[in-house]
Amino acid sequence: MTHAPLSLPRTAPVRPDVTRLLQQYGVYLAVAVLLLFNALFTEHFLTVANLRTQLVQVAPVVIVALGMALVIGTEGVDLSVGSTMALAGSLLPLYLGYGLVPALLVALLAGVLVGLVNGSLVSLVGLQPIVATLALFVGGRGLALVIADGRLKQIENTDLLGLGTDDVLGVPVVVLIAGVLALAVAFLVQRTTFGRQLVAVGGNRAAAALAGLPVRRVLIGVYVLCGVLAALAGVLATARLTASDPSALGNLMELSAITAVVVGGTPLTGGSIRVLGTVTGALLMQLLHATLVSHNLHDSTAQMAQAAIILVAVYVARERRSR
Amino acid sequence: MNLISTASTASTPRAGALPAGSVTRAAALLRRQGVLAVLLLVVVVSSFVFPAFASLDNARGITVQVSFLSIVALGMTMVIITGGIDLSVGSVFALGGVLAAWASQWGAVPALLVPLVVCGAIGAVNGLLVAKAGMAPFIVTLASLLAARGLLLALTHEGGTTYLVPHGSLFAELGQGTVGGFGYPVLFALALFGVGALVLQRTSLGQTMFAVGGSADAATLMGLPVARTKVLVYVLSGLLAGLAGALNAARLSSGVTIIGVGMELDAISAVVIGGTLLVGGAGSISGTLWGVLLLAVIQNLINQIGSLNSSYQSVVSGGFLILVVVTQRYLSKVRRT
Repeated sequence: MTHAPLSLPRTAPVRPDVTRLLQQYGVYLAVAVLLLFNALFTEHFLTVANLRTQLVQVAPVVIVALGMALVIGTEGVDLSVGSTMALAGSLLPLYLGYGLVPALLVALLAGVLVGLVNGSLVSLVGLQPIVATLALFVGGRGLALVIADGRLKQIENTDLLGLGTDDVLGVPVVVLIAGVLALAVAFLVQRTTFGRQLVAVGGNRAAAALAGLPVRRVLIGVYVLCGVLAALAGVLATARLTASDPSALGNLMELSAITAVVVGGTPLTGGSIRVLGTVTGALLMQLLHATLVSHNLHDSTAQMAQAAIILVAVYVARERRSR
Repeated sequence: MNLISTASTASTPRAGALPAGSVTRAAALLRRQGVLAVLLLVVVVSSFVFPAFASLDNARGITVQVSFLSIVALGMTMVIITGGIDLSVGSVFALGGVLAAWASQWGAVPALLVPLVVCGAIGAVNGLLVAKAGMAPFIVTLASLLAARGLLLALTHEGGTTYLVPHGSLFAELGQGTVGGFGYPVLFALALFGVGALVLQRTSLGQTMFAVGGSADAATLMGLPVARTKVLVYVLSGLLAGLAGALNAARLSSGVTIIGVGMELDAISAVVIGGTLLVGGAGSISGTLWGVLLLAVIQNLINQIGSLNSSYQSVVSGGFLILVVVTQRYLSKVRRT
């Protein structure tokens, strides 16, 4: 790792520099430490099979978290992502008879519609994001259960199952998709007009409006992207589980995604998005869980450790804003 | 109305034109008592449509079911009025139930005290992190949601152990006993709402809560104890969630580990439907009570319509939530112009 800020500690004393380094690179450092620890002390950690499992498990979280990062960048939050996953998953068995592509399109369209509703409620009606997306958090899963008639449905379509189990060049398709999407979102944020607009809207909405930015369109666009990414994650998770389970799919996903984004260093106050940090944040929580479980610590400990990490990450990030 | 100079309406929004006054008053009334009106309408109509709905037994069933959520939502209302949010209440509710069931082997007093102490402490940590460390309530209470669930799993040996409340004990009676057919939990909830409404409307503490939610900076300048008030509402929220969990354990005779998931969002829905603004500074305890009842009545009605499966309940609840908040939003715009 290269630490550019270390080279010239001009005015600031040493301690604040350490703090700033922690803020900037803490999440990467934590992942590195965990990887090292596991490589040394965890049996069968450095095996292809295990690394594969970890990556395949974290891929849907990464995809949802990417969309969540965009929404949080506009000072919003999307509580409906887990329900959107369930909704997309419940639509799949209905349309797989027509082939994989139509089924995929319908599932993703559901994500678009969810995003349109959320985005309109936030931007046109002016509701707080937490309330606007709460409605579909509650209603979306109900809708998924209604569509699926409340039942788990086995998936037999081999094309869809392939998405969950196949490899391309030795990399699982799910992981590949997550990686490509991460790059695409990073590009969107850093290199496109839309990306700059969304960061501006998140930083100061009134100023962005005065500057003539299409605030409403940007907000709707962001929620639509988040909805589509969640729907895609729902499709991929369904493919991996070989069944569409409307009551369990995506449960608590909103919390995992928000955690990944926040631990990755994106402030909840909007105006800045760290895409690589978000991906690393998701990896950190996954690795932490895997580490604790493989050392025979229980779920209970894992959850408490997760809570502690979230608080530390946010406490460290808080220093940056107050200075 | 447009003939009246814009300057006067802009400078004194409340002085508005006379014709607008009645609209404003109607809007304000609707905003304040709209949920109650909807609730009454739904109850009256469904009493005619479903004879079974109007029975006293059904009313008793609904009220007992709703009492636990309503106690949780009471604490949530105060947190939201100060401009915060408490996502940990579902986990704290479940934890309170397990602690109560575990402690009930030593009698009713420990069964109530242990969950109150532990859940109150969780609330205090939430409050201190929000008020003193300046961290976002959303994240702080998200972390304590996970931590409380972790603590619960540790206590129950990863969910493998279920603690039972001794049969016929005083503590079990607290959850199962009735007065005039209505369960004790219902009376607890009513009493707590009475006290809560008094505190909020008639005491300086209540006024401080509204002031903190309206503008924490202004409240600080006025010399109000902002940090102390914030800590207090999170402590109250923890205490109430823990108490609700304990009462629920007494009713079920055991500490169930898998309950309370998503309860925080039910509570927030009820509070929002009840007319409390999520930005803080405005809201009412009675609104929350009607909000909780409305959600419960919807659920009950869907159960009455045998052909509908229960999945529709959340669809209707979500729809109601949108309807209510959009209407609120529209009415608050009416008030301002």
